[in-house]
Order: sequence, then C-alpha cells, then structure tokens
Amino acid sequence: MSNRTAMTVEEVTKRFRSDRPPALVGVSAVIRYGQITGLVGPDGAGKTTLLRLMAGLLPPDQGRILLEGRDVRDPAVRQELGYMPQKFGLYEELTVLENLHLYADLRGLSGRPRQATIGRLLEFSGLGPFGDRLAGRLSGGMKQKLGLACALLGNPKVLLLDEPTVGVDPVSRRGLWQMVEGLAAEGLAVVWATAYLDEAERCAEVLALQEGQLLFAGPPGELTGRMAGKTFLVSVPGDRRRALAAQLLQRPEVADATVQGNRIRVVLREAMDEGPATSREVGEGPAVWEDQSVAPTPPRFEDALILLLGGSAKERASGAFSFFPQRIAQVDYEGPWAVEAAGLTKKFGSFTAVDRVSFHVSRGEIFGLLGPNGAGKSTTFKMLCGLLPPTAGKAQVAGVDIRRAAAKARNAMGYMAQKFSLYGNLSVRQNLEFFGGVYGLRRRKLKEMAAHMAEEFQLGPFMETNAEELPLGFQQRLAMACALMHQPPVLFLDEPTSGVDPLTRREFWMRIHALAQRGSTVIVTTHFMDEAEYCDRLALMHQGRIIAEGAPDQIKASAATPSRPAPSLEDAFVELLEREAKELVEPAAR
Amino acid sequence: MPIPIRRAKRIWSLMKKESRQIVRDPSSMMMAFVLPMILLGLFTYGVSLDLRAISIGVVVERMSAEAESLVAAFRSSGYFRVQLAEDRRGLEPLLVSGQVQAVVVIPADFAERALSRQASPVQVLVRAAEANTGELVLNYIEGTLRHWQQNQAIQEGISPRLPGVRFEPRIWYNPEADYLAAMLPGSIAVIMTLIGAMLTSLVVAREWERGTMEALLSMGLSRGELFLGKFFPYFLLGMLAMELISVVGVVFLGVPFRGSWWLLHLVTAVYLGYALGLGLVVSSVTRSQFVATQAALIIGFLPSFLLSGLVFEIQSMPAAIRMLTTIFPPRYFVTALRTLFLAGDVWEVVLPNTAILLLFAGVLLGWAIRATRTSLA
Repeated sequence: MSNRTAMTVEEVTKRFRSDRPPALVGVSAVIRYGQITGLVGPDGAGKTTLLRLMAGLLPPDQGRILLEGRDVRDPAVRQELGYMPQKFGLYEELTVLENLHLYADLRGLSGRPRQATIGRLLEFSGLGPFGDRLAGRLSGGMKQKLGLACALLGNPKVLLLDEPTVGVDPVSRRGLWQMVEGLAAEGLAVVWATAYLDEAERCAEVLALQEGQLLFAGPPGELTGRMAGKTFLVSVPGDRRRALAAQLLQRPEVADATVQGNRIRVVLREAMDEGPATSREVGEGPAVWEDQSVAPTPPRFEDALILLLGGSAKERASGAFSFFPQRIAQVDYEGPWAVEAAGLTKKFGSFTAVDRVSFHVSRGEIFGLLGPNGAGKSTTFKMLCGLLPPTAGKAQVAGVDIRRAAAKARNAMGYMAQKFSLYGNLSVRQNLEFFGGVYGLRRRKLKEMAAHMAEEFQLGPFMETNAEELPLGFQQRLAMACALMHQPPVLFLDEPTSGVDPLTRREFWMRIHALAQRGSTVIVTTHFMDEAEYCDRLALMHQGRIIAEGAPDQIKASAATPSRPAPSLEDAFVELLEREAKELVEPAAR
Repeated sequence: MPIPIRRAKRIWSLMKKESRQIVRDPSSMMMAFVLPMILLGLFTYGVSLDLRAISIGVVVERMSAEAESLVAAFRSSGYFRVQLAEDRRGLEPLLVSGQVQAVVVIPADFAERALSRQASPVQVLVRAAEANTGELVLNYIEGTLRHWQQNQAIQEGISPRLPGVRFEPRIWYNPEADYLAAMLPGSIAVIMTLIGAMLTSLVVAREWERGTMEALLSMGLSRGELFLGKFFPYFLLGMLAMELISVVGVVFLGVPFRGSWWLLHLVTAVYLGYALGLGLVVSSVTRSQFVATQAALIIGFLPSFLLSGLVFEIQSMPAAIRMLTTIFPPRYFVTALRTLFLAGDVWEVVLPNTAILLLFAGVLLGWAIRATRTSLA
C-alpha cells in the first residue's frame, strides 16, 4: 500500500567541526512519492542539515543520498529537486514575475511549457494579480507562496521545504498547507521540516530527529498509537491550574503537564488503564487536589513526540524566581489594572494600523494578543511600550500614563523583542550587566541580579560565551533574563518563541507561569495556538481592531458551529476571521 | 538544448537579474553615478590646494608713500584680501579666531629705513593652526614682498638688492598646475575601487544573508556561471562610471586629455578586473555584509585614496610607506591615468604600469573563481 520510493537516505553522517558532536549520525530514511513527509525535532537536531544534504548543497561525510538511484551531488540530478530555504530565496528588488522568470531561466524552462508552468503557478498561488509587485513588498504569507512557486518551477520530482511556516499566522499557514497537500496528491514527494506539531500530525510519515539521530520514522499515528492510556485532562477550578501543573510535572510518572484553557493536559510515561482510578494515581498528594476531576483524552502527536524526546524539563517547574519579591505587583503600583489601553489608535498617513483598541489586563494575568500578520499587534505593542506615540487614545502601564511619564512607565516594564535584540558580540554576563545598567542597576545590586539570573536561567556555564554563539534556546533564555534584570511588574513579549522547538517553548512557558504566580503581569503575542491556550485571556486582532476577547475557552465556544461544535483554538481563530471578512463584504454588497 | 547554449542562457538571466537589482537599488546608482559627480564638484570648487583670496591684516603704523605702495602691492597681487589697521591690537583677535590668516606689520620708520637703504624689518605673523596653509601663506607674503622690493629698485634705477638670478618656473603637463586636472584621474581610481570592491562584496554577501545564494546553489549552477553572472554587470557599471567622469571632466570642466581613449578603456578594464576580483574574494570568504564592507574598505578603498598618490604625493612619503604603496595596485592605475590625461600615450609609463595591474588582476580573478562556492560546505 505504500507509495513508490523517490529518495533514499543511506547511513548519512555529517560533521562540521571535529571538536563538536556530529550534526547527523547514521541517518537512513525513505522519501516516497505522493505524500508529505514531516521532519521534526528540537533546534539543532539536524533538520536543516539533512534537507541541505538532500538538496545536494552539502556533501555527506559518510553514506549517500539517492534520487531514483542517482546521487544528488550530481548537478543534473539537482535540477529534479525543488528546494525552498528557510529565508525563501527571493530577490526583493525583483517583481513577482521577474523572480519566476529568473528561476525558469535557471531551470532551463523555455517556450510553451514555460509559459504554461508560470501561468499555472501564478493561478495556483493566487499571486496572479500581483505579478508586477516587488517581492520585497509582499506580505509574509505571499512571500512564502512565491518562494514555493519558485521552487516548483522546474517541475521537480521532490520538493524540500525548510520550515516554510515560521512566523506565519494560522490563516496563511492553512493556505500553504492546502497548496502543498494538493501537490502531493498529484504525485509529488514533499519533505516538510516544521516546528508546528499539528502540521507534523497531518503528514503521511514523520522523521523525528534529536541530536543528529533518527528517533522515529513512520506514520505519526503509529507514534500516537503508543500513547493509549497516557493522556488526561485535569479540570481545576479557579486560578490554581498553573500551580497544579507545576506540581504535577514534579511527579516521576508525569512526562508533560501543560495548561490548556481551564484544564491541564497531562502526559504519563506509562499507561494507567484503571479508568477513573487514574484520578487518584495522578492526584495523590497535597489537599489542593480534592476538587479536581480527571478524564482521559485522545493523544496528540505532540504528546507522543514530547515523550519520545524525553519529556519536559522538570527542575525549573517550581520555586522559580524566588529572588523576586513576592507579590511584586501590589507593592509597586496602584490602581486596578497592570496595563490599560483606551481607544488606542495609530495612523500612518491614510492607513490606520490600529483602530480604537481598548482592553485592560489585571495584575498577575497572562494576556495574549493574536491575529494574522499585519493585523496591528506589533504596532499596539510598540505603543504600549512607549516606542511609538499613538495618534489618539491612552495607554497606561502600572498605573502610569505612558505619554506623560514615559521614563517611569518604562521602568515598570520589561520588553523582549521578536529577534531577541541581544548584543551578539558581548558575553552573556556583559549582556545582563548592560541591560541591568540601562535600567539603573548599579554595583552590588547589578552583580547580584546577574548572578540570580544566571542561576534561574541556568546560564552559569555560558557566562563568558558571546551571545551569538549560544544555541537558539539559550539566546531566548538570555533575552528574557535581560528583560527581567530590573524586576519589572509588567513583561511584554513579542513573538518570543518564533522558530523555537516545542521542548524549549515548554520550558520558556514554565518560567512565564512562575512569573505570573509571583504577581508579574505578562502580555504576549504568538502564532502558536497551544501557547495561546496558556493565557488567561486573549484578544484577537484583525485589520487594526479587536474582533474577539475573552478566556481561551470562551473564544472557542463563541466560534462553535453546528458542523464543528468543539473547535480547537486554531479552528476558532480561522472561523472568527472568516466571519469578520464576511461581515466586511456583505454590507458593501448590499 | 546543447549544454553551451543552456549555460549561456543561464548566465544571461543571472546578468539580467543583477542589472535589475543595480538599477533598482538606489545605493549602487549613487555610488556609480552620483558620487563621482559630487567628487568632481568638490575638487572643482571646494577642496583646492591653491590658495586664493587669503584674508590678511596689514598694520600700517604710520602712513607713507612707501607703505602705501606696499599695501597696494598686496591688494593687487590677486592672492590677498587686505584688511587695514593702524594698530596690531585691533587685528590680533581676528588672527586668533582665524578670520585673518596672517598679519603684516609695517613699522612706523618703514619709509625712513627704506629710503636710507637699511633693511626694513616688516613683521609677519602667520596663523599656523593648519601647518600647510600657514607655510603657503608665508611663502605668498614673502613672494609679494620680494616682488615689491624689486619693483621699487627698478623704479629708483638701482639694481635689485637680491642676487641677479631669476627663478622662472615652468610647469610641464599641467601648465596651470590645475588641481582638478591632477585629481580627476585619482577620483576615477577611487570610484572604480568603490564599484569593484565595495559594491560587489556587498551584493554577494547580501545573497548569502538573504538565502538567495542557497536557492541558486540548489539548482546546481556551476562556478563559472555564478562568477560571470556577478562579474559582467559590475564590470559594465564600472566602465560606464569611468566614461561619465572622463566626459564630464574633459568636456565640461576643461580637464585636458592627451592620450587615446581606447588605452584609457583598456587600463580601466584591467584595474576593474583587480577590484572586482578583490570584492568577490572578500565576500565569498566572509559571507557577511558587515565584515565584507570592512574588509573592502581597508584593503581596497583606503589604499586607493591614501596610497595611490591621489591625496599624498608618493615621492614625499617616508621610505617605508613608499614601499607599501608598491604592493597596492591603485598607485599604478593612478600613474597610468595621470599620464594618459596630462601627457599622452607615453608607452614607457603606461605599459609597465598596465603590466603590473594585469598581474594583480590575474591573481585576484583566479582567486575569486576558486573562492566562488558551488555548495554550502
């Protein structure tokens, strides 16, 4: 029943530096026609290296990679592969059509087949009306579609995609997935590297890498199938779910515990099939547990992968940030809200990027700001942080008007930007001391906080390492540590986990939970829907306005339809956006 | 399709892409066409080593016929703008603040001493905050004084007090000692270096940073295709920029051109070969725009400015630095260009210099082709 073999990876080993562990060790795999093969694993697991080897861009140290029996190192064979690098490989100064024609030339397409292929790809990608637009002026989602179209130009037999959906909103992500699924149905072999495990779950087969080794190869269902009796949802009333999740994770039999709306998702290392008795098994311990209820839930591929990778990190789960003053928020400022936006508006010329946005965030709350690319999330963020003056409206942080007392308000907030904004050629210690110094920490206090952060974020061994040499996950830890040096009561995080693998993301969120428990307020933007579930409340933005606001479970409920009574958060997100688009169109049609 | 034709087509489309990027990127157009015009403008009107209209103060402690004629001599020399005063105290603040470059004090007993044929001590105070300018101003003032003395002597029918040797300079090749004519060939060298080394190193590094190089390599392009696709567009851009500077300089600004145009093109082409080679090597090795710019700046641009004879005369450099200039090609290029512009096709000068440039170009281009990568390894 399995499809015809396209590529074979035979015992491939690749080492870049002799003093480092190899990037890939003895990896063997089969890529088949007519299906999408997912490539998953933590950062630095070797996903990009494997794709580059498959694209013939790197020679393997040992082993070989064949396309229909011919080595991919041969340039003629490479012409039969379509490869889309992580950065798309588009020329921003060229128009959509010029990019397509360039790649067509380089692929040696000419005459009628060329016209036909380009026409088909334009139609298929929906880029037809934008043929004369410069690639640099396209939105993120459109760039990705153009990158895909360029990779498809030579009518390749195999399509290699390196994390094509990083930093893309759920709507665009769905669009791209549907396009590629259609191609696979026509017979193309696709290899799709991704950090989104819901995408991996939909692949026909998955290759899971860790530290250069292949942990699993096969249909995702096979991996998920091993999970029977290991996944549960625990309902807990009130605001205790975060504390409980942290406690649960401390238990040896628990591999993973994450907040999901009002409940906690628990993954056990071994199946416990005693039914409701599981409740007691899981729940043994403190009295807090009495009013819980435990119910089994179908496993997801993500649960299976986390277990395969060894489970979540435990040591950081509780007691974190003990050096932060307890209930820091109540001491430091007055008034009911940690953050308040009232009628916040930003216009760039005639374009309204943010349109009368209002919301408030309570102390100790985790508030998520969601929306497609270009919805105005980052602009709202920048206004709240005092980086951009609003055209109209008011923004208050920790009871201080950001326009009247910007310096005071800024001292009350920590800000972590999308690209981490660290100084790459400064050491970890120097970065910490610089950011602490900027916020007015001096001498002993500065050294003390740097030492605390090093301990909290386990940066000790790297203190004298330059930031740019750190692995991505550690860079992210350092960026957060820098934003927290002055112990701000409010923390702003702008897509803090873009391009970061699931395990690292969990660890990151555990720290966020610990901070919230200490009374810090956190405002976060993200494209990951599982992260949105961690938030107390969410606001969904679209074209500069908030179109939905509430707890994750409320938002899911509001998007329920007869055909889909219990939508996932991503379904809800897409549904609400579509409703909004309809409302915008219909009045105009009347 | 036969392979050579397919190759040619690929190179052609790479060149087309590169040219479009050049035309649409304001910074490359600035560097190739606007910057040369700014340089020419500066050399024509702004920075000039010739001094004209130097502000000086002349203190006449007591007016007399002799003093008056000396003041007139300063006024009519064409070099000075004279500000008169009766007391040096009035001029000292101006000297300090730099509003006048020098003060000439004509003493009260000037007329008597001059008549009695005693030495007439004229005091000259020169502001030497800028040593070179100070020196020049002093020379001009001395010259004017000597000239006046001679005239006085002739008028009075007495032979000049100074020895009878007359120094009559005659400057060859650049009779007006025109600053622009001397600087124009040098500025061609600077622009060629900018386009060849800086711009090229930037664009190749940019392809690495944006991931487009990865996409190109994944299609199995050969080393030669990648190299030629980069080389030709920037080579053409450089030649166009050279033509622009030369035509504007010769036709509109009156700079002489005494050599032959084909030779100018040949020498420039050889130098561009070196500069492009350098740029391509630097960017292939570093792969980062920042590092590539730094490297191109230090290895390419600075020598073309400082060690080419453009700003500092090579003859007057310390021996060690003079040695240093010989390992950087710009000096050979500037020498050849100056000869072509100011003297003509002097083969004894142009040939050896071009030969040395050819050597540099060969080495750098060979290295550039070798350094061009066809995989990410």
